[in-house]
Amino acid sequence: MKKIINAPADVVTDALRGMAAAHPDRLRIHLDPDFVVRTDAPVSDKVAVVSGGGSGHEPLHVGFVGSGMLDAAVPGAVFTSPTPDAVQAAIREVDGGAGTLLVVKNYTGDVLNFETAAELAAGEGIGVRTVVVQDDVAVQDSTNTAGRRGVGGTVLLEKIVGAAAERGHDLASCHEIAERVSAGVRSMGMALTAPTVPHVGEPSFDLADYEMEIGVGIHAEPGRERVELESADRIVQRLLEPILADLPFREGDEVLLFTNSMGATPPTELYLAHGVAERFLAERGVRVTRRLVGPYITSLEMQGMSFTLLKLDDELRQLWDAPVSTPALTW
Amino acid sequence: MSCTAREVTAAVRRGAEVISVHRDELVELDRAIGDGDHGENMDRGFRAVLAQLELADPPTPGAVLKLVATTLISSVGGASGPLFGTAFLRAASTVGDAESLDATAIAASLRAGVDGVVARGKAEPEDKTMIDALLPAVRAAEESAGRGGEPGGTLATAAEAAEVGARSTVPLVARKGRASYLGDRSAGHLDPGARSVALLLAAFADVEGAE
Repeated sequence: MKKIINAPADVVTDALRGMAAAHPDRLRIHLDPDFVVRTDAPVSDKVAVVSGGGSGHEPLHVGFVGSGMLDAAVPGAVFTSPTPDAVQAAIREVDGGAGTLLVVKNYTGDVLNFETAAELAAGEGIGVRTVVVQDDVAVQDSTNTAGRRGVGGTVLLEKIVGAAAERGHDLASCHEIAERVSAGVRSMGMALTAPTVPHVGEPSFDLADYEMEIGVGIHAEPGRERVELESADRIVQRLLEPILADLPFREGDEVLLFTNSMGATPPTELYLAHGVAERFLAERGVRVTRRLVGPYITSLEMQGMSFTLLKLDDELRQLWDAPVSTPALTW
Repeated sequence: MSCTAREVTAAVRRGAEVISVHRDELVELDRAIGDGDHGENMDRGFRAVLAQLELADPPTPGAVLKLVATTLISSVGGASGPLFGTAFLRAASTVGDAESLDATAIAASLRAGVDGVVARGKAEPEDKTMIDALLPAVRAAEESAGRGGEPGGTLATAAEAAEVGARSTVPLVARKGRASYLGDRSAGHLDPGARSVALLLAAFADVEGAE
């Protein structure tokens, strides 16, 4: 394992300290329990938007704390959910009297820990609603499993619902918008290499030099299939076809296309893939009117990428365009 | 006869001891169908509970249960932390400020705990989870209390039912939690969460029966 770290056990805390040092105008960190809040929190009479989950997906979620997006992010250990007391502490810190919306990715540990935190906060008189993101089409939805994983759609949802809260929507309205985004967003990813979790020290899976994993999760969970490496045209098709078929996205639909790096895929390859995707969608009459390209929800140093498509309407487009000021997203 | 804060504290201490003794067994069970951290997480959580009990001297059974709940919630992590924490939290709310618990109160607190776990985890019987040990245990406790049983006997009956329930998870295919991703390959293994429930109830019964 080659990493720029001091000790595996200190990676999350050390990185949080660095983030706070890099963005003193936007972020304030709290350690033990660990959470990050925007400097002006709590913002009175504004719905607080709080998210979190295992670390290792940065900039998700800590890089999205700031005006127009998250009020707080609660990072757990690498690939491990934070505990309810940490989430509860963050909620207390940012709730401005208008209630708190929790954004949770659909993994059993995250859902249980955040729901328990919601119950604890509600017991203190704070209004809490929760949205669970489950946009990964690689996992077949079934009553026999824990359901679809929450992946790239989380980034878009946090931006849009953060804008709604900033505009003064109440908790019920923010929750409704979050559910609308969740219902209209789908993702799928792939990997060329495996990441190495610092406290494990070994790559999360073995992939031969000529292989790729299609449908990989952001914790390097296995996907739909392992196949030989193919051209970018073919990879894009393998990811976008299941996404389009699932919602389904139809000819004439207006969408936001989010092309995401899993951590180690360079901008050159990402833009190349994005260009292919735009052509692919144009040929099918799907209208891309908003884009996001870059490493926004990663899996440590995994080489790979994912696509996320969100169906837009006027309100969602306006909320996407609204000002945002965070370490990772700013306009 | 009934249980005061002293007996409930003793039962929790015995539970912590039993989990510590069975730590490696729980790790192995979880390694087979999960991510292998159940034994370590439960042991860490109950060690934290013991440390908290050294610092605080909760005055009522409810206060003991609440301390166990908040400590497990903040120290176990994963899915087990919130599930076991919720069970103890709901049990604590149900017994309220009572100075002592009779068999009926114990059965009611078990019922509240199980309801909390079901509400949180959404698992149903035969999903191969801790519910498969908890549900038969609470039914047995309610029957025993209904027949006028003592706390010790009621917990012993519950513990026996939990043990049988835990063993019943072996042939099941998991439908909840991480083991569900294994599909049919999860059959043939004892569910680690159900095993922990059986171990804890047996430890509690052990103490109450000796009082």
